[in-house]
Amino acid sequence: MSVITRRAHLLRHTGFYIAAFLTTAFVATPILFALLGGFKDNQQLRENALGLPSPWNVENYTDVLSSGAFWQQTFSSIFIALITTFIVVACSAMVAFVFARFAFRGREGLFTLFAAGMMFPFAVAVLPLFIILRTFELLNSPLGVILPQAAFGLPLTIIILRTFFRSIPGEVEEAATIDGAGPWLFFVRILLPMARPVLATVSVLALVGSWNSFLLPLVVLQKSTWWTLPLGVTQFSGQYASDTAKVLAFVMLAMLPALVFYAFAERHLISGLTSGGTKG
Amino acid sequence: MGGRGVTVKASPQGSPAVGRPDRRAGGNPRRRSGRPGAGVLASFIAPGLVLFLLFVILPVLFAAYVAFFRWNGLGGVPTDFVGLENFRNLLQDDVFLGDLWRLGLIVVLSLVVQLPLSFGLAMLLHQRFPGRTAFRLLFFVPYVLTEAVTAVLFRLVFSPRRGFADSFLANLGIDAQIGWLSDRDIIMFVIFGILTWKFFGFHMILFLAGRQNIPDELYEAAEIDGATRSQAFRNITLPLMGPTLRMIVFLSVIGTVQLFDLVYVLTGGGPFHASETLAITMYEQGFQRNQIGYASALSIAMFLISLVFALFYQRLVLKRDLQGSLTNAGGNRS
Repeated sequence: MSVITRRAHLLRHTGFYIAAFLTTAFVATPILFALLGGFKDNQQLRENALGLPSPWNVENYTDVLSSGAFWQQTFSSIFIALITTFIVVACSAMVAFVFARFAFRGREGLFTLFAAGMMFPFAVAVLPLFIILRTFELLNSPLGVILPQAAFGLPLTIIILRTFFRSIPGEVEEAATIDGAGPWLFFVRILLPMARPVLATVSVLALVGSWNSFLLPLVVLQKSTWWTLPLGVTQFSGQYASDTAKVLAFVMLAMLPALVFYAFAERHLISGLTSGGTKG
Repeated sequence: MGGRGVTVKASPQGSPAVGRPDRRAGGNPRRRSGRPGAGVLASFIAPGLVLFLLFVILPVLFAAYVAFFRWNGLGGVPTDFVGLENFRNLLQDDVFLGDLWRLGLIVVLSLVVQLPLSFGLAMLLHQRFPGRTAFRLLFFVPYVLTEAVTAVLFRLVFSPRRGFADSFLANLGIDAQIGWLSDRDIIMFVIFGILTWKFFGFHMILFLAGRQNIPDELYEAAEIDGATRSQAFRNITLPLMGPTLRMIVFLSVIGTVQLFDLVYVLTGGGPFHASETLAITMYEQGFQRNQIGYASALSIAMFLISLVFALFYQRLVLKRDLQGSLTNAGGNRS
């Protein structure tokens, strides 16, 4: 009996591992191709695309790392992502606070308006946004990317924060009011510190959204001064179309920040995404 | 933004709330001593509201307006009113109709291939076996990568001769000469493969979260009643995963409607429109050919497709799942 169950167990585990390793190969192959390809030269890439580089060639990586463009694009991406995140989280927290804790006429209508924003695919708005940004002379400016991104991030952030703010007991607020704190003081000194975990989650979502954004920077940032990494990578791959190895190195370096960030913020990222995608 | 995931990729989990009265605070407003005046409330709402009206509502209304004009985007406001002509042309535009056909193809392939794959892997990784955390982390990695960067990577994977795909086949002794990205008969399947690579981990994580919400007691009770594993799977797991599955289908379809970054960078919609998406056609018409009116009509069509799908889906499929979903959404913070 126990031998049979042990064997069944072993068989099942073997099945798990086969499926898991097949999937691992599926996931890892393209990434390893980029990582290792960056250490080859183009001749090696032609003759030995699958194996390890021999000799290992660091030139592609050092070339990219010593180019001003790569660092400028990394800086732009980080700068735009940070400011976007700050704006969207600050504005959303304020709006969500009012929606969560005060009853007033028109509140439901206003909330519905914001929530309906989730229904507007970004691509629908990009063309008129371009014309509006042109009118405000925000083309080629980081603000032209930051403000629309922040605006499109509001609905989800407000919904998540409102839910959290509602879950904080009224007694906390009453105690603060008795101590003479007005709504602003309560919001800044008590509510926000209490909301730190959920603020971290929505911040991570906003950061990742901005970091990955492509269509908006593509139409807004026509001059290379403020190009973000996604724009830089696509442009670089066109410019060095014949130098595959170097493009692979650039691709790998452009993926690296996201991978490092994922390694550190994995928990917030996944909890944010699953709270957005499933019911709690 | 744009694409299946991020911003967008963030999910329409809130939309169901539209119009639903809020039970807790709405019906029974808390009494408090010093009620803040309208001015204070306005000072909290104003920045967010201004941002939202200027950069979300205004552009969408503007697109709806411009869609009724012929306009090259210059000279302030459009003046050449053409009524429904842009929409009529849209319905006779083979590229647009092709976009719709390709949208349907990707949706069907996702439902039939990608979701079952993600579901199976989620069930697998729900089991306890050494190393499963590592696998879970690893499978999610493609989702973390930027779509545009992923597209550049796969352009090189599938580039003729020097690319990984051709070298791999050559190593197996196959000199297939497949035009991965240049053969119009297979390009959509290549794109679907890449989409699967990119998104199965995300769907897997959602399935896993759904599976973890099913209490173990149900399985223990079933075991006591003498149910077999497969009976428990059919009668407990499948029905209770329903809400998660329906939400994933929703996200996947809405994301596919907006697909842009990955395909645009990979193929630019080619060869000869064979991989073009709605958003790419809109971009080409609007930004390359300055047919602003026509491109706006296309934007509105995209909007209507998402909206109609969302409304019907919520009416018919999601309705019973959404009770209380918003009130819980932030509750599962870590």
